[in-house]
Amino acid sequence: MTVESTAARTPRRSAGTKAGTTGTKRTTSTTKKATAARKNTGKSTEPALVQLLTPEGKRVKNAEFDPYVDGITAEELRGLYRDMVLTRRFDAEATSLQRQGELGLWASLLGQEAAQIGSGRALRDDDYVFPTYREHGVAWCRGVDPTNLLGMFRGVNNGGWDPNGNNFHLYTIVIGSQTLHATGYAMGITKDGADSAVIAYFGDGASSQGDVAEAFTFSAVYNAPVVFFCQNNQWAISEPTEKQSRVPLYQRAQGFGFPGVRVDGNDVLANLAVTKWALERARAGEGPTLVEAFTYRMGAHTTSDDPTRYRGDEERLAWEAKDPILRLRRYLEASNHADEGFFAELEAESEALGKRVREAVRAMPDPDHFAIFENVYADGHALVDEERAQFAAYQASFADEDGGK
Amino acid sequence: MAETVTSKNMALAKAINESLRRALDADPKVVVMGEDVGKLGGVFRVTDGLQKDFGESRVIDTPLAESGIVGTAIGLALRGYRPVVEIQFDGFVFPAYDQIVTQLAKMHARSLGKVKLPVVVRIPYGGGIGAVEHHSESPESLFAHVAGLKIVSPSNASDAYWMMQQAVQSDDPVIFFEPKRRYWDKGEVDTEAIPGPLHTARVVREGTDLTLAAYGPMVKLCREVADAAAEEGRSLEVLDLRSVSPIDFDSIQASVERTRRLVVVHEAPVFFGSGAEIAARITERCFYHLEAPVLRVGGYHAPYPPARLEESYLPDLDRVLDAVDRSLAY
Repeated sequence: MTVESTAARTPRRSAGTKAGTTGTKRTTSTTKKATAARKNTGKSTEPALVQLLTPEGKRVKNAEFDPYVDGITAEELRGLYRDMVLTRRFDAEATSLQRQGELGLWASLLGQEAAQIGSGRALRDDDYVFPTYREHGVAWCRGVDPTNLLGMFRGVNNGGWDPNGNNFHLYTIVIGSQTLHATGYAMGITKDGADSAVIAYFGDGASSQGDVAEAFTFSAVYNAPVVFFCQNNQWAISEPTEKQSRVPLYQRAQGFGFPGVRVDGNDVLANLAVTKWALERARAGEGPTLVEAFTYRMGAHTTSDDPTRYRGDEERLAWEAKDPILRLRRYLEASNHADEGFFAELEAESEALGKRVREAVRAMPDPDHFAIFENVYADGHALVDEERAQFAAYQASFADEDGGK
Repeated sequence: MAETVTSKNMALAKAINESLRRALDADPKVVVMGEDVGKLGGVFRVTDGLQKDFGESRVIDTPLAESGIVGTAIGLALRGYRPVVEIQFDGFVFPAYDQIVTQLAKMHARSLGKVKLPVVVRIPYGGGIGAVEHHSESPESLFAHVAGLKIVSPSNASDAYWMMQQAVQSDDPVIFFEPKRRYWDKGEVDTEAIPGPLHTARVVREGTDLTLAAYGPMVKLCREVADAAAEEGRSLEVLDLRSVSPIDFDSIQASVERTRRLVVVHEAPVFFGSGAEIAARITERCFYHLEAPVLRVGGYHAPYPPARLEESYLPDLDRVLDAVDRSLAY
């Protein structure tokens, strides 16, 4: 069995629709219904949370969002489970590789698997993803080889994959910048008359950045087909979400003129359904949507962080009871959608993935030092050429000394 | 009777912490602001314990928004406060660049001197710690080019302590570049004796054959270079510039008139770097004294590389010695 998340993919750039359809708006009955329903949720102080699977693994009805997952098969449910388990395994392997000194840093997604796999699996191949630096689960859904994510954390590159290969943009470390890129990309889709959509990931901390507010403004004004997917994991390093906002984050959308919805970020089905709904709105020419996936950063901000300095264990324990993987497992078992053989096979696959990642990282060579001067400009630059030549002469001076000995 | 001991050995980061503590204690108008500076005490622990002792209204965990941090610091300063704000890493300052360049730097002039903005912007900067992208840059030239800003960078614990005192007391905005790779380097700090004005350079090692001028993280390297050169019978003078705007050209000139050779070292890219300004000015001032052109050692005209390549990008002992050799060969 392959450990890859997906088979080889076809090119992602949408061919676009026929000329003349630019700007035309299509609506579906489901979309209208869902949008209308959102308007009724703003009153309560305790925000409504879209949930389809309880922490105990019980499927609950939701008239607005059930239609988006009604047809889901047992195999697809097992696929979501598999995605989450393998993503968590990869993430744990990366954390331990950092501890072993193989990586300089790692930003764990522990606890956010459902938000990432649910939203990631809602996408079409021709959609485009703009991640932060923690979207390892979304990368998995897009077919980015997990070992490619590790180069920048090992310090051998600052990116490491072709964004257009999987329609998965490079990780962005500066907080919130990518939301504007996503908006611009979505504006381009509209200009092209295509019906692709864009999803921009960001966090609760990023919601304070000017760039994010500007992305909301541009996307609303230009009716851009973009889904703003905010994983509210409750913590921006040491600062709780209350330090960023005094209203639930999804309500920010209202002031910009587009709908916002809060979803249980640890419920993979709800994330799948809500993201499909938001993408459908985008494709239908209804513009941006803000999805706030209410989840929890179960680990540290990064391996450099020590959360014991600012938060207690009780909170983490409470969220562990709402674990995204556990609840889907309970549902799969209770509904007889998966048997022991499936779980055993997945465990073996998971170990194989860990081993492959471990070996790949340890074998990852340091880049050639001349890489410093590569790709600085597309069309070259005289100073870069000059400095490269000086660097070469300088390096060669050591070789001469060594040779003379 | 025993003398009062006013000198303590402490790490550079701790020296800044102690200095901020003293500033908060001395003046109720001083406030510390930034991301994670409160409860966590900063990602480098520079503000450790300050919120506990001075409260959340004086040591403020801000929303994650650099433009907001600097913009509101300007407003607080207009209201009579003296904000010391932290930008978490060098590469994160750019959302605030607009506020710093268009507002912070110019408001004093625009108000015909009526408005003073005593804002300190602390920026941990520079490489050498194996970090990911945007965590190792040296953007001081991008600020030095802007009139209205003062720019300093301490190289040791004592200067970190006293330059922070002086920066907080300055009525001009000060960009305070902290050499993060030296945060853990210890040194003696005498909390009673001010070592000198904020913007003067200091000879940290006397020499006769060549002057090495540096600031911040590169001063330690230049001392090591001077040690290595001494073994080969060469006497290098090391000048800690301490301030990048203004630059103490008089001290550089005095040194170069003695040694007749100058090499400037910084982590920032050489192209349009502070070394270029120094080279031009010293060439004007010391043309007939110079035995060799002013040489510069610094970063390349390339994005800061991934961690595994940074040793090739950053000036090190061999690269500075190579420049010393080239200068002496003239």
